Amino acid sequence: MPERIVVPFGPQHPVLPEPIHIDLVLEDELVVDAVPSIGYIHRGLEQLVQKREYPEYVYVAERICGICSFMHALCYCQGIEHIMGTEVPDRSRYLRTIWSEYSRLHSHLLWLGLFADGMGFENLFMRSWQLRERVLDVSEDTTGGRIIQSTCKVGGVRRDIGQEMLDKMHRDLDIFEEECRDLGNVFLNDETVKYRLKGLGVISKEEAYALGSAGPTLRGSGVASDQRETGYAAYGELGYKAVVETAGDCYARCAVRVRELYSSIDIIRRAIEGMPEGPIDVKVRGTPDGEYFSRVEQPRGEVVHYLLGNGTKHLARARIRTPTLANVPALVKMLPGAQLADVPIVVLSIDPCISCTER
Amino acid sequence: MSVIKEQTTRKIAPGDLLREVEALNAGGYRIVQIGCTGMDDVYEINYTFDKDYELVNLRLTVAPDVEIPSISGVYWGAFVYENELHDLFGITVTDINIDFKGTFYRTAEKYPLSITRSGGDDPCQNV
Repeated sequence: MPERIVVPFGPQHPVLPEPIHIDLVLEDELVVDAVPSIGYIHRGLEQLVQKREYPEYVYVAERICGICSFMHALCYCQGIEHIMGTEVPDRSRYLRTIWSEYSRLHSHLLWLGLFADGMGFENLFMRSWQLRERVLDVSEDTTGGRIIQSTCKVGGVRRDIGQEMLDKMHRDLDIFEEECRDLGNVFLNDETVKYRLKGLGVISKEEAYALGSAGPTLRGSGVASDQRETGYAAYGELGYKAVVETAGDCYARCAVRVRELYSSIDIIRRAIEGMPEGPIDVKVRGTPDGEYFSRVEQPRGEVVHYLLGNGTKHLARARIRTPTLANVPALVKMLPGAQLADVPIVVLSIDPCISCTER
Repeated sequence: MSVIKEQTTRKIAPGDLLREVEALNAGGYRIVQIGCTGMDDVYEINYTFDKDYELVNLRLTVAPDVEIPSISGVYWGAFVYENELHDLFGITVTDINIDFKGTFYRTAEKYPLSITRSGGDDPCQNV
């Protein structure tokens, strides 16, 4: 029996823009066990809810993560609106949906680039990020910010998108979709990529569900679970069906994200076409008194904001469960059986966001 | 046109936790999260489960010195949340399948969200 050694992976590693540590137990170069640890940059942002008035906390919520910034704000605002019984205008729900899907496009293209880089496919990395720039341009044109947009607020949204801009976005989606399909074609059909990803880091449907996984990690194993199906924002009117793959390996998780690029483009297109006229916000009066588990489908999976109001302008508690934390147990199960050289790919396949995890 | 389903919360005693969790597991529920709220002198711990987007929440209200049984024997992945309960709040969870014994979250200050910790709201010092 080969001697077992422990190799530390992270907290600083070329494929990890943020710190997470995994002790890899190896027999020769085969991973037989993995022990993660986090908390290097834990910020305690949840506690700030007791020091910031509830409308101000939106700014804190969207700084939990730079990639799904808008969706953190959305999840928080929807939770407060539910507690306070606030109905936001239809147009704001459609605008929220559009910005959510642009955030997903930006996140998935970022991840596809990082994933290609992790595989050593540098051209694909650059092409992915080139397309991502176009998404960020739309964010900047419509919100004024590429990453932190600050458009979501309790009671609706702060900014409208004019018809001229909506028409331009709609026109640009055609060529953008074509380019995304060209990119996706490489990820899904290139023999090198398939050879590197198929059969790697497999997690079964039953395991993914039992472990409480979320997002593409869960759907890549065949579980059709996507909070957008619940119909928050404008997804109820627009309709959405979860993108599912069944193999449960790194290729399947990649394929879910590639196909979600197309579904996001489709949702944006239909949201623009069906955009209702009317106001974009309502006046919110009073203070939240009650509790709610608000859930939104982020690019990495379902995020949960538990909000507890006590009738004052400060909430008593915000507890944020981010999808990466939910996917850590799945990662621990995926790694055994992988070669050391494949560990970065397996780790990247859950699209870890440590900034979210260290909220 | 929302199809968001109702959320139900049931208050339970620590002694009933494992039985309730086993029943949810047998009913096909997926674990969503375990979260803790520090109230004045007690902790409120929420065990949240989901099935077909229906959310069920089990709630324990415990004093800081009460030990809580781990549910990681039923839901293997619960260890991340239970180690979090310990590392951030100082709550003792017994028989966790992967017990990091305080090293899962490597915070500069021990139990930063504990209701019994000394130091109040002083800023965290990196040492």
